[in-house]
Amino acid sequence: MILSLEIAKTHLLAKPRQTIVAMMGVTFGIGMFIAMVSLMTGLNDFTETLTMTSSPDIHIYNDVTQSRTNIIQELNPRGINLVYHQKPKNETPKLHNAFEMVQLIRQDSRVTGVSPMLSSEVFYNYGPVQLNGTILGVEIMEEDKLFDLRSKMKSGKIEDLLTNHSGIIMGTGLARKLNAHLGDRVVLTTPEGYTLTLKIVGTFQMGLGAIDNVRSYANMATAQTILQVSQGYITDINVKLKDLHEARYVAPEIQSSFGYKAEDWETANSTFLTGNRIRNIITYSVSVTLLVVAGFGIYNIMNMTIYNKMKDIAILKATGFSGGDVRQIFMIQSLAIGLLGSLVGLLIGYGLSVLISRAPFNGGDIISLDHFPVNFNPKFYFIGIIFGVTTTAIAGYMPSRKASRIDPIEILRG
Amino acid sequence: MEQVLSAQKINKYFYEPEKFQVLKEIDLSVDRGEFMCLVGKSGCGKSTLMYILSTMDTDYEGTLEIAGQRLTGKNQNELARFRNLHIGFVFQFHYLLPEFTVLQNVMIPALKLNRYTRQEVEDRAYQKLKILDMHEYAKKASAKLSGGQQQRVAVARALINDPDIIMGDEPTGNLDSYNTHLVFDIFSELTHTYHQTIIAVTHDEEFAAKSDHVVEMSDGKIVSKEQSVNR
Repeated sequence: MILSLEIAKTHLLAKPRQTIVAMMGVTFGIGMFIAMVSLMTGLNDFTETLTMTSSPDIHIYNDVTQSRTNIIQELNPRGINLVYHQKPKNETPKLHNAFEMVQLIRQDSRVTGVSPMLSSEVFYNYGPVQLNGTILGVEIMEEDKLFDLRSKMKSGKIEDLLTNHSGIIMGTGLARKLNAHLGDRVVLTTPEGYTLTLKIVGTFQMGLGAIDNVRSYANMATAQTILQVSQGYITDINVKLKDLHEARYVAPEIQSSFGYKAEDWETANSTFLTGNRIRNIITYSVSVTLLVVAGFGIYNIMNMTIYNKMKDIAILKATGFSGGDVRQIFMIQSLAIGLLGSLVGLLIGYGLSVLISRAPFNGGDIISLDHFPVNFNPKFYFIGIIFGVTTTAIAGYMPSRKASRIDPIEILRG
Repeated sequence: MEQVLSAQKINKYFYEPEKFQVLKEIDLSVDRGEFMCLVGKSGCGKSTLMYILSTMDTDYEGTLEIAGQRLTGKNQNELARFRNLHIGFVFQFHYLLPEFTVLQNVMIPALKLNRYTRQEVEDRAYQKLKILDMHEYAKKASAKLSGGQQQRVAVARALINDPDIIMGDEPTGNLDSYNTHLVFDIFSELTHTYHQTIIAVTHDEEFAAKSDHVVEMSDGKIVSKEQSVNR
């Protein structure tokens, strides 16, 4: 084994240029893999965090658009009933017995936070500017537990909302569009035509244009006042779980026990998550392609080396090296190329990732980003080196096996 | 006299392009310390016989025994280990490994044998090189030597594990007359001083005439076994 190692080393060092070229194939493949996977998973994690900040683990609401069975069907279930142009039932999106539901859900051991709220479309008026958006009436401390609102405040404090009944906390994008600042008063108009003047006591930024550009938070009581509804009026319940991956199992339970639509975050953000999956597929397929190409390079070089070393192999076999010893010598060479190439590749990949993570990138209005998110998870470096070494082992195995089967007589007889 | 090699009823066929019997019922025995030459016209089967005797060719009928061990029927790995310890080779071309130094080339079979420490192997390699008067070149790259020098290094390599037999396939075939004499002198010194058994295939009659024992082959058969007078 030590002897095989020595012979392999001498062979590699005797032709440094060839060795380096073979290594560079692997280096390039692994380097690109690391850079790509770091950026792609960085983006994935970023979007996942965004979806987590923008949507609760489970969202319970009254889905008024749900199709309902018509009344004739109920009376005459066996007959052939045709009802044309059936309108949805005229009902408010109110959740009945919402506070009892909140109490019951809180008792579930898998749940860490429950935030009831009511939401409505409103018009924001500030001077000549009119914008439509939404207002959420919340218990701000509960909402903070679910979405860590405190860390997303750009100005003001969330406690200011508790002390000020006619206050709102506004998304930064919305505030910028209205040209309104902390302390300014804006007028809200509801779909029913009621208006109310509220004071901006804080601004927040979730990082997602779809929220920051339209949303404001108000106290639940304030929101109920604007909407002219009673105190028990709740339209949505947001639930946070200990393990967010359990959402897809907990949501149907809630839906069946309370009869309201319960949507888990994966369903709510399926487009985002599909994007993640596609990015993963692209990353791995491109990396595998690069490595396969590198593998062919190694295969070629090893084949050539072995062709050039026929005589050496023959004499080694004549002087007592078995087929296995010869295979070992050449396997060590390809594994050394693979290992060194991969290690250098990891370094280059790391360097590229650092460069990418510092490159300025403007996410524009849609997401607040100033540079690329890059994931430096050591897992990928581990996968990279396994990938690299496996590819070279496979690429080196076939020529090595060929070398081990060389018949020395044919060569030595000349 | 102790027998070091004995081959009985060796038959060998070539199948390409058509079936053809190369060796016919060859019986051969070699005594320890003997310098034997296999001679004959090209195509008579002498090289083929030698490769069978060397254990590298296993596709034959008959039995082969070297140093008291029956080798017919053993697998390639066992034979490789056997060759490592019992047989040294010298070919028409030196077949030194070009990336290694002279000393390393000589050492490799002994390192493979793994019986002595590295230091001992190195000392032994120097010893063998000294016999061949090549010790001054030990640290040189083997590719930098002249043809005759390379062949002497190849002989040192063949000697490193103190083999029972040295086999040569036209060991002087590629050398000028000066080096041919040199190699021959080395061979006869090895047999006479160190009682080294040597089997060489040659068509150099002058070379063969000086050996102890000339076996002449023709059409796959041994036609004469001459014990030489200088023994």
